[in-house]
Amino acid sequence: MHRRISRWARAVAAATGLLVIAATASGCLGKDSKTDSGRNAEVKEFSLTIAANAIAGGKNAAGAEWVEKWVIPEFIKDQQAKGRTAKVTFQPSGAADEDYKSKIALDLRSGSGADIYAIDGIWVGEFADAGYIKPIEDLVGADKVTGWEGWSQIPPSVQGNMSYNNKRYGVPAGTDGRVLYFNKSLFSQAGLPADWQPKSWDEILATANTLKTKLPGVIPIQLNAGTAMGEATTMQGALPLLVGTGKEIWSNGKWEGNTPALRSMLKAYEAIYRGGLGDPVLQQDAKGRDKSFQAFAEGKIGILLESDYLWRSVVEPTKGIAKMANRDQVVGYTLIPALGAGKGIRGQDFVSMSGGGGNVLNPGTKYPQQAWELLQFMNSKAATVAQLAGSARITQRQDVNTEVLAKDPMLSFVSTKVLPLTAYRPGFAVYPRVSQALQQATLDVVSGKSADDAAATYQKALEGIVGADKVASG
Amino acid sequence: MEAATAEPVGVVAPRATPTDVVGLGRRRALGFVAPAFALIGVFLIFPALWTLYIGATNFRLTGTAARSPDFVGLDNYRHALEDPSFYRSLWLTVIFVLGSAVIGQNGLGFALAWVLRGVRRWVRRSVETLVLLAWILPSSVVAFLWIAMLDRDGGTVNAVLGNTPGVAWLIEYPMAGIVVFNIWRGTAFSMMLYSAALSSVPPSQLETARLAGASDAQTLRDVVFPHIRRYALTNTLLITLWTFNDFTPFLITAGGPNHRSEILPVYLFNTAIIGGEMGYSGAISLIVLLINLVLALVYLRAGRRRPA
Repeated sequence: MHRRISRWARAVAAATGLLVIAATASGCLGKDSKTDSGRNAEVKEFSLTIAANAIAGGKNAAGAEWVEKWVIPEFIKDQQAKGRTAKVTFQPSGAADEDYKSKIALDLRSGSGADIYAIDGIWVGEFADAGYIKPIEDLVGADKVTGWEGWSQIPPSVQGNMSYNNKRYGVPAGTDGRVLYFNKSLFSQAGLPADWQPKSWDEILATANTLKTKLPGVIPIQLNAGTAMGEATTMQGALPLLVGTGKEIWSNGKWEGNTPALRSMLKAYEAIYRGGLGDPVLQQDAKGRDKSFQAFAEGKIGILLESDYLWRSVVEPTKGIAKMANRDQVVGYTLIPALGAGKGIRGQDFVSMSGGGGNVLNPGTKYPQQAWELLQFMNSKAATVAQLAGSARITQRQDVNTEVLAKDPMLSFVSTKVLPLTAYRPGFAVYPRVSQALQQATLDVVSGKSADDAAATYQKALEGIVGADKVASG
Repeated sequence: MEAATAEPVGVVAPRATPTDVVGLGRRRALGFVAPAFALIGVFLIFPALWTLYIGATNFRLTGTAARSPDFVGLDNYRHALEDPSFYRSLWLTVIFVLGSAVIGQNGLGFALAWVLRGVRRWVRRSVETLVLLAWILPSSVVAFLWIAMLDRDGGTVNAVLGNTPGVAWLIEYPMAGIVVFNIWRGTAFSMMLYSAALSSVPPSQLETARLAGASDAQTLRDVVFPHIRRYALTNTLLITLWTFNDFTPFLITAGGPNHRSEILPVYLFNTAIIGGEMGYSGAISLIVLLINLVLALVYLRAGRRRPA
């Protein structure tokens, strides 16, 4: 008996000892490192890595090609002229955005990884709060940042995409806007107009019903929903509808909880997916977004809410991931109506959402000055024009936009008609978690819950994320 | 007869042994085991304690709580024990383990081993090779094949059945999907273990049973099972623990649709890496670790009991 007690005592002592070791070592659970902006500033030979969620032959292939075929060789040449030997590599990814985000969060946390990362604007807040990224001026010096000519070409609203607490964390890479796409040949088969412009949600549903009766086998309308699509659900589904009810997800210090506006949004999902107008199974598929692109390109979807990304990278006739040779003839686009006339935010009849990503510097980079030089180079006028490679996109630079947007009617439509009435997501670190709760609410409706139940569950999740006192409800 | 049977879960009977049989001396003996202790300490005990520590903080993958996590005590554990999604995952894991391992792999593995005893050598070899192949192929390859097979639009199963529009198997029946997958994937181990176990049943006893006119069921119950009981327990223990901690279903359904196939390892991944809730996941990890220990204890107890 005595022996047994002493054995226990020893085991307890050993466990306590290990716990103490663990607790001491745990000081490194948090992360806060100092950066020296002058580090390696004078070296003649350096190597840099650029990482983006883009890969040749796959996701965002044009972006990958631009980095590999233009940025890298041109930058090396540029450095050679200055007597320096640069070695630049590209680290591609072709993953879902959420997976890419987890990956780079872990990279940055461990203080390793690429020197320049392409990230989505809404990640800036949470990455900055975590200390994973830092204001560019802290990394390279304030005079070096303000000295760049590029800032004067980038509108403040676009700079906001890569800023947090009024500090620039990165250089934005342009912006985008959402519209309703529709398949004109399906519309003409159903006797619907080619210059379709719905003025209310009811009108969209009525058109979808016409497609349903006239064209069996075609999915009348697909509205992004569910968690598998990640932020695409929020940006191309929940939020454009929400601003159409006159509310933003965050305003005056409160997040939109279980309110009439939120319930109207979820009821629209109910009408589409429980009324047989959209395909609920597609929204639950792990590869749902790619499949929706494919189905749209094959003429199996009548109406699809998407960003200009669909036009320039998905159904684009030569480089898209779901090419449509006859895109210009078949794909129609129109403004997203509010719930009804004047019911949108700021009393608008039509609404949209915009976002955009950009490039940040890894605070752990060995060569902060050279990385910043590369980042400026990537956002120079010449580089931005080269990135377009003859096609169009709303770039970060006004001097480029004025030259190229006129060439593409769709993108000048976004630039002149959509951007003036668009809205942006709130730049808080907590936003991505709210977004996940919204995605879950749409998934609940798609997989069978009523809009009211889904809204109640969402309210509870939201209170857990931001605190009950910051949630508007009723 | 009993003594001739090999017993995998052997229990050494307590007897009076001298403490230093080899004559190394206590200090040198300690020197010999020290590297093993060090490895266990670094790779087993330290991570467990580390998990315990993370589970007591509000550590997150991003945001302020990633830079300076706060100590929150038992909040994460309280949250886990009140969280319906934790219980849902636990329940799905129970179904997954019972369905695919305890019943599926065990049953199919034994059936294969039993049936293959009597067939021609080349038939046995080819079946065994095929079953083994399912076991040794890399998970990512296998997962891709299963997704291709069960896909709604271009899937092989729908093509064979001539379904149009196809059934989205993994969305309509996600749990059944991963249970069947895991049976297919892991039966090889049970089959091999039972093949070895069956060879330890003395043929004379089987012959006697046959001559006494025992039916197949009676032979299995009264002659075969008493011999392989301990093999069965060991096998069930191993496959239960493996299956309980198996992450491969993530590659097929990612826990979806709407968490309907989110077994605990997948739930942990989704909460920690996708949801960013590292602290909370740490707490759940520790609970999972405890469940594993309890499972192992239950089986070891059962193995210790002498057959009646």
